[in-house]
Amino acid sequence: MTTAAIETHELRKVFGRHAAVEGLTLQVLPGEVFGFLGPNGAGKTTSIKMLLGLVAPTAGGATLLGAPIGHRPTLARVGFLPEHFRFQDWLTAAEFLKFHGQLLGLAGPALARRCKELLERVGLAPFHGQQLRTFSKGMLQRIGLAQALLNHPALVFLDEPTSGLDPVGRRLVRDVVRELREEGACVFLNSHLLSEIEITCDRVAFIRHGEVVRTLDLATLNQGQALVSIRAAGLTPELLAGLANWGWDIQANGEELTLTVESDAALPEINRYLVAQGAQVFALSPSRLSLEEIFIETIGKDGGL
Amino acid sequence: MKPIWILARLTFHEAIRRRIVLVGLILGLLFLTVFSLGFGLVTAEVARDSVLRPEVLGRVMEKEMASFLLNAGLYAVAFLSVAMAALLGADSLAGEISSGAIQTVLTRPIRRADVVLGKWFGYAALLGLYLLLMAGGLLVSAYLQSGYLPPNLLNAFLLLFLEALLVMTLSLACSSAMPALATGGTVFGLYGLAFIGGWIEQIGSVFNNQTAVQVGVITSLLFPTEAIWRRAAFEMQTPLATILQMSPFTTRSVPSPLMVAYAVFYLLLALTIGIRIFQKRDI
Repeated sequence: MTTAAIETHELRKVFGRHAAVEGLTLQVLPGEVFGFLGPNGAGKTTSIKMLLGLVAPTAGGATLLGAPIGHRPTLARVGFLPEHFRFQDWLTAAEFLKFHGQLLGLAGPALARRCKELLERVGLAPFHGQQLRTFSKGMLQRIGLAQALLNHPALVFLDEPTSGLDPVGRRLVRDVVRELREEGACVFLNSHLLSEIEITCDRVAFIRHGEVVRTLDLATLNQGQALVSIRAAGLTPELLAGLANWGWDIQANGEELTLTVESDAALPEINRYLVAQGAQVFALSPSRLSLEEIFIETIGKDGGL
Repeated sequence: MKPIWILARLTFHEAIRRRIVLVGLILGLLFLTVFSLGFGLVTAEVARDSVLRPEVLGRVMEKEMASFLLNAGLYAVAFLSVAMAALLGADSLAGEISSGAIQTVLTRPIRRADVVLGKWFGYAALLGLYLLLMAGGLLVSAYLQSGYLPPNLLNAFLLLFLEALLVMTLSLACSSAMPALATGGTVFGLYGLAFIGGWIEQIGSVFNNQTAVQVGVITSLLFPTEAIWRRAAFEMQTPLATILQMSPFTTRSVPSPLMVAYAVFYLLLALTIGIRIFQKRDI
């Protein structure tokens, strides 16, 4: 059995009288790119901070790469890009990476090589001698990303890595995430930019009030499930009940009918069935649910407030 | 290299890069210039006066005046180092916590205690160097102009260093729990309290008022900075000043070595509490 990259059980954090995270239970597998989705204030950042030992949980437990949270040596195999990219801005880009490399126990030519490599990877090599205070937000995000990769991590947390960034910066993050997956690392991506998540993630969890309300395999989202809208006359209750053979979430309103099906393969069969049962079919069209629709459907239009 | 030394070096580096050291040195140089000028003028005046008196008395006067001026100068140096210590400590943890810059550091495989201790050693080295330059500059200037050097210099220097370390440590400890401004306010407030308490004790001892002396002792227990300064001043005092007790920089009510031990204990306790709070707090 492989050890989960992240496993949490009823992880809970209460600030004063306000529960930021109600009880988070989830499992993330090694080599997986995992999206952590939820509205603002859903407890996403607090959850990440608990996993990284920055915030102490009020209750519950979790493991990171098989070790309980707060286990220091494990952090040598973890990378983290925090939400606001704020660093020691009086350091130059090269000094900043060197400092973090030293904290990871790297030294000498190996450290120098790794820093140079990463500065080139994130496109900051020409600015290596410049103080971070002179950097734009996009450049800070790049150096932050480089810092998170210093130790060839087995698990990387990226907290809103693309918020407020230009398309080039987002592209870089996407490419880095893909490379990490190829190297077999697990990436935990916290974001509410759903289009980004849709492109990069294997699996997502929807969080509301610090609880997982749904997990979703994105592979199935893109090939399978479709929402089918049908307009037909002569829809009897018996006929509707029979549709359960092909789909679920069946809702009828007069001549309008919607249901969710596993794949497009069901459509001709549904059509044959409806005609055979004496219904008159005027229209039958499938549509895919975008991640955004699933998000709204799952979290609710109130944004989980 | 151990994390604690990596962080200490970073702290030292930060103070230089953020021009804190530069500002300190420029102001210090200005201060030394003013001091040397004043010292020269006053000693020349005293020397001219003493031509009229018997030579022995003149030499005594010169020496007392040099000692008085030097103590006044060192008092100012102690204050400058205290101000620097309070400001350095106040922004350290609080500043990095509020900006979030500390998050990537704390998620490295290091202990939180290393972060606090690293900063402590970095600032201690900085304050030590600062004091050495400033106090050294005063002494050299006074010696070149008058040939006078106070007694017990090493003890006095270590006590001045202890005073600055006390302020820095309390500031660092407070900044593990409070924002920078609140920390600065608390530390300067306590320093002011100790300062006033110290003077009440001095004046009280002139009039043999025990209550006033006790007020001073209690404020010294709250924050022993002023007591440590007075011990340092006592160490450097000329024997004649001890007998006559005539200037504001001669010390009547002398803090005992026990008070020095208490100050060291106070420092270690503040550091330990600061580390504990920082280990427990959510970032």
